[in-house]
Amino acid sequence: MRWRWHGEQDKREMEHKEILRVITKLLIPMIMLFGLYVQFHGDFGPGGGFQAGVIFASAFIVYAIVFGVDISRKVISPSFRRWMLSCGLLLYAGVGVAGILSGGRYLNYSVLADNPVIGQHIGITLIEFGVGMTVAGAMITIFNVFANQESRDD
Amino acid sequence: MGVIAIVLLWLRNLFAVVMLSGAFSLTAAVLYLVLDAVDVAFTEAAVGAGISTVLMLGTLALTTSEEKAEPHVAWGPLLIVLVTGAALVYGTLDMPRYGDPTAPIHQHVAPYYIENTKSDTGVPNIVTAVLASYRGYDTLGEVTVIFTAAIGVMALIGRRRRESTGGPGETGPEV
Repeated sequence: MRWRWHGEQDKREMEHKEILRVITKLLIPMIMLFGLYVQFHGDFGPGGGFQAGVIFASAFIVYAIVFGVDISRKVISPSFRRWMLSCGLLLYAGVGVAGILSGGRYLNYSVLADNPVIGQHIGITLIEFGVGMTVAGAMITIFNVFANQESRDD
Repeated sequence: MGVIAIVLLWLRNLFAVVMLSGAFSLTAAVLYLVLDAVDVAFTEAAVGAGISTVLMLGTLALTTSEEKAEPHVAWGPLLIVLVTGAALVYGTLDMPRYGDPTAPIHQHVAPYYIENTKSDTGVPNIVTAVLASYRGYDTLGEVTVIFTAAIGVMALIGRRRRESTGGPGETGPEV
């Protein structure tokens, strides 16, 4: 007995599951909106870049499970995923370097603006965004790599 | 949680095991919520119950979903696990009571964070302030770990299909 989600037969079965497809289409925008909310509301409530990245990635993963990995690759291309993955980390490290250039220490956000509190706000928002981008990119990438493997003894 | 863990041990159907470990993570998230660790509960629910379950299913799609029955009980490993578990439980007896304000962990840097986060960063959520600002290096390291993990997965198994579909010059369907 074998469990899989993108075998040819499953794909044909999936096309008949209207309810699943419609509900998924309805849910995905809400998942993404919630991800953005968690991303930018992390300063005030629970959450932050990491959780937001995972939630945002789950929207794409749900899409890939229901509509097929091949179609999902057209939605978010592998090169864009790699770009997300690296740019998030670069943004984080870059904020640190920006701190040095503004005359502070690495990853000290207080010097990013005239007012230290505003500087902290800018720094935290930017690095949380970087974290979110990298995590989302990493999760989608790992999922896609796994889903792309072909079963060995089919 | 205990019941789920014991059932997990007995089950041979890996699909049920994956589903139950997702349920285990969700229960753990509720436990963290009860302990007022909202951010941790959030992460556990999103990563432990969500993404890991999906990745496990992805792995199941590649392997079989039935565990091979062990012919005999491995007594040696069982003994080691039991002794280690007993030692850990014994160690918890020395820990301060939950919520004890005089516990060492509440005396070190925590008071500083609680008193100064608002004036230092203006962020109401202290957890975010600690993660992103006070402990910025740690978080940078964590993001690097995630980045490296994704790169590692891509390097290790992201290539297989490319090799099977085309020569070294062709890229084939990229992952």
